[in-house]
Amino acid sequence: MAVREEALRAANVLIPGHGGDEMNAYQALTGESGPRPGVLVIHHLPGWDSPTKEITRRFAANGYNAICPNLYAREGIDTDPDDAAAAARGKGGVPDEQFLGDASGAIDALRALPNSNGKVGVIGYCSGGRQSFLTAVSLAVDAAVDCYGAFVTGTIPDGFPLKVVTLADRTGSLRCPLLGLFGDDDKFPTPEHVAELEHALVAAGKTYEFHSYEGAGHAFFATDRPSFRPEAALDGWQRIFSWFGTYLADSEA
Amino acid sequence: MCSYLTVPADITGSAKGPDGWFSVTSASVYFDHPFHAPLEHALNIDFADRDRGPGARVAVELSADSARELVRCIEAALDAAGEAAR
Repeated sequence: MAVREEALRAANVLIPGHGGDEMNAYQALTGESGPRPGVLVIHHLPGWDSPTKEITRRFAANGYNAICPNLYAREGIDTDPDDAAAAARGKGGVPDEQFLGDASGAIDALRALPNSNGKVGVIGYCSGGRQSFLTAVSLAVDAAVDCYGAFVTGTIPDGFPLKVVTLADRTGSLRCPLLGLFGDDDKFPTPEHVAELEHALVAAGKTYEFHSYEGAGHAFFATDRPSFRPEAALDGWQRIFSWFGTYLADSEA
Repeated sequence: MCSYLTVPADITGSAKGPDGWFSVTSASVYFDHPFHAPLEHALNIDFADRDRGPGARVAVELSADSARELVRCIEAALDAAGEAAR
């Protein structure tokens, strides 16, 4: 039976993040009963914005429970997301350790939902794509999607203002299958950066699937930006739901 | 692309936000995805007083051409003011 997309329920919730800090998160729950998988949605550098919350609702509309934590909650839970993003950017972004504590809190919240099947996937866009990979090599998740995450591979430029390190050397720790969706015209990551990650995945014997779209660059999923590429986004969404459908299915089903 | 790059500056002046005028002490300049402007990339400037929290901010997002024109106008205004602007 088809998922009743109109039956989703969405609201802001408070959950514990890194170090027990109180963090707000946007939670969208499927209206379907029975064991359901969860998805951790990681927002991009511009913050916990409306388009990312729309993505979160999309997962609920398709039968998943989804949570998008506000990674900039330490700038103030009631702070406008764009102001919080500007402040966080000025501080060099979110440290990886803090991000992982927040991600862990969100994953725990997904698994604690009464209709959870215990499976959790992670997806992120832009800087969140890198953080999705970071989650997948660090925490117990069952499937991951990296949408054009920069600085998983490559080289961090000298004097770079954000506190990031590349992650390719941690590929051997990848705990789950990885789907990567990229644009051929992207500069961060370039096709060479994507190839470097693919090489590392092959060398480590990991399950992965990469797609890079011709005529698309960075942020081709972003419907509110000129970078939006409908054909790539439509195909990408189908691949995301196929990926999560395969790896987050209820084991008992 | 996401440039991620941010060029900060210490400044002295005031800006008017939704709650009225306030002193600004920093400007962050970056060319990256805008939050609101219908552009792939924009020259973004945040005028802020960090001591008053993230909300004490006046933000502008300009096209690259607009930003260059603004730089030209600022230089022209300062030059026209002569000694007073030195």
